[in-house]
Amino acid sequence: MKIIVTVKQVPDTSGKVAVNPDGTLNRASMETIINPDDLNATEAALKLKDEYGCKVIAFTMGPPPAEGMLRELMAMGVDEGVLITAREFGGSDTYATSQIIAAAIDTYGVDEDDIVICGRQAIDGDTAQVGPQIAEKLHLPQVSYAGEMKKEGNTLTIKRMLEDGYMTIKVNTPCLITCIKELNEPRYISVSGAFEAYSKPLVIMDYAALKDHPLIDETTIGLKGSPTNIFKSFTPPQKGVGMMLEGAGKETTDKLADILSAKHII
Amino acid sequence: MDFKLTNELKMLQKMYRSFAENEVKPIAAEVDEEERFPKETIPKLARYGFMGIPYPKEYGGQGGTALAYAMAIEEISKVCATTGTIVAAHTSLCCNPIFDWGTEEQKRKYLPDLLSGRKLGGFGLTEPNAGSDASRQQTTAVLEGDHYVMNGSKCFITNATEADVFIVMAMTDPSKGNKGISAFIVERNFPGFSVGKHEKKMGIRGSATCDLIFEDCIIPKENLLGKEGQGFKVAMQTLDGGRVGVAAQALGIAEGALDEVVKYTGERQQFGKRLAQFQNTQFQIADMKARCDAAQLLVYRAAAAKDDHDPNLGFYSSIAKLYASETASDVTRRVVQLFGGYGYTREYPVERMMRDAKITEIYEGTSEVQRMVIAARMGVR
Repeated sequence: MKIIVTVKQVPDTSGKVAVNPDGTLNRASMETIINPDDLNATEAALKLKDEYGCKVIAFTMGPPPAEGMLRELMAMGVDEGVLITAREFGGSDTYATSQIIAAAIDTYGVDEDDIVICGRQAIDGDTAQVGPQIAEKLHLPQVSYAGEMKKEGNTLTIKRMLEDGYMTIKVNTPCLITCIKELNEPRYISVSGAFEAYSKPLVIMDYAALKDHPLIDETTIGLKGSPTNIFKSFTPPQKGVGMMLEGAGKETTDKLADILSAKHII
Repeated sequence: MDFKLTNELKMLQKMYRSFAENEVKPIAAEVDEEERFPKETIPKLARYGFMGIPYPKEYGGQGGTALAYAMAIEEISKVCATTGTIVAAHTSLCCNPIFDWGTEEQKRKYLPDLLSGRKLGGFGLTEPNAGSDASRQQTTAVLEGDHYVMNGSKCFITNATEADVFIVMAMTDPSKGNKGISAFIVERNFPGFSVGKHEKKMGIRGSATCDLIFEDCIIPKENLLGKEGQGFKVAMQTLDGGRVGVAAQALGIAEGALDEVVKYTGERQQFGKRLAQFQNTQFQIADMKARCDAAQLLVYRAAAAKDDHDPNLGFYSSIAKLYASETASDVTRRVVQLFGGYGYTREYPVERMMRDAKITEIYEGTSEVQRMVIAARMGVR
């Protein structure tokens, strides 16, 4: 059994957010962090490693400095990193990105008892599309929005958190899970982990390594192969300020009922 | 000469900061206010390796360096000097002498539990009549068959109520002066061992500082650390390294206060301007930053000297401790002044930092002792 986690380096929005004149994010001038949901994915994988002793491999697509992020994950306990990096892959949207990552995972190999875990979505794009698209391209069953996860044999029981409730789903390996932050509390790196991180294996998958894979085609990767086109980026106008009603007495609830009724909500 | 941190150290610095911010800072004020040992933090520190940073993995350590250790103490002390003290006393004063002077058997017996943080360590040298003049030890240990019988007391012992293992100095041959002092590994459950008065302190109030009392305390012969008569050397060498820890703690306190004052003066308005817009604020903060950076370079040089087994370790660590501790006192005092009335209240952490800073000029060798060491090393006598 092995666990593959997909991770992304994203701009740190807790610091200064830099925006280009065209409204897009100026990534070059911002600090980077590991996408928060991907840390939950990594923690889920490491918990399985703690229990079953399986190997955990982190995959990322990005420029060469993304190696630093993979090393941090290795310091947390990830065993191996795969950095998918090539000029040809630059400018990919979610469709092209998932195509490339799926090809890389497939090249690495997915066995019967393997699990792929992705964060729900990245804080820069917020699409939540890459994980599910990888699953489709690898023909793996997928369960998204995992808030709880248990493993018995080759079956995972997952509580899938939705806006208005939850579903409990059983799925057999190999499968792909996308997780939400409620799934766990990511661990810190450990001191010994930091000292071991740079001696763990790092595989670089460049264009040459993936170009013969059936999923890789010049027309489906990079900027040219991306069906998404951004015409305009803008800051949406702020919504109106909400109204707070104080107190838990009948007077307050009547007032609330009146407001809801006036808006035809009840 | 290279002033850049390695990738590993950069990664660790980031982790130390986020650990300190999330796990240590939230309870720092409470620990001080209630003079409470932060018990709940120890397992967390242990889990991530803080209790055995600069020791090899074969003894349960983290395989790290003295610099990685000093940086950990620095980052923790930025938010809580109490927690910095607990880790530093454990690592530098208990684990280090066992690692440097212990037999293979002693190392195998004690280090795995200590370095993994399952057990906590302490160090007993100071006595009511033997402070800076550590050679005037009155605690005695007499060999009787297969064990020593120890009598006497130690004072101001960090981690006293919580530690499981102590390194204790005692006179085994009073006729030989310094050379009659021996070092022992003492477990808290040895018969005749007890913990005495809990000191009420000005700062680092969460660290448990108490007397250790030995009344016919039975110590197995195999718990002699080093040879009989080597105790003073064990103690002095331990303190040479330990001073790097205190210097790192002092540095952290100063840097922590500086972080607070930058934030505060950027927000607080007086006379229609933010405090940061006044030249006095800018100049004071610039001076403090320069002092902190100088202290940091001295601390890192001393830590690197420990990693390199540099014979100048004692000299460098004395310089680092002297400068960093006086920087901590100076910076925290000036920061309280810049905060004004609010700085004097417990609403903000800077008065605590000012109280915490003072001890770094006193313990593990006062600033005066450091000056004696430095001048002597320069041949000025």
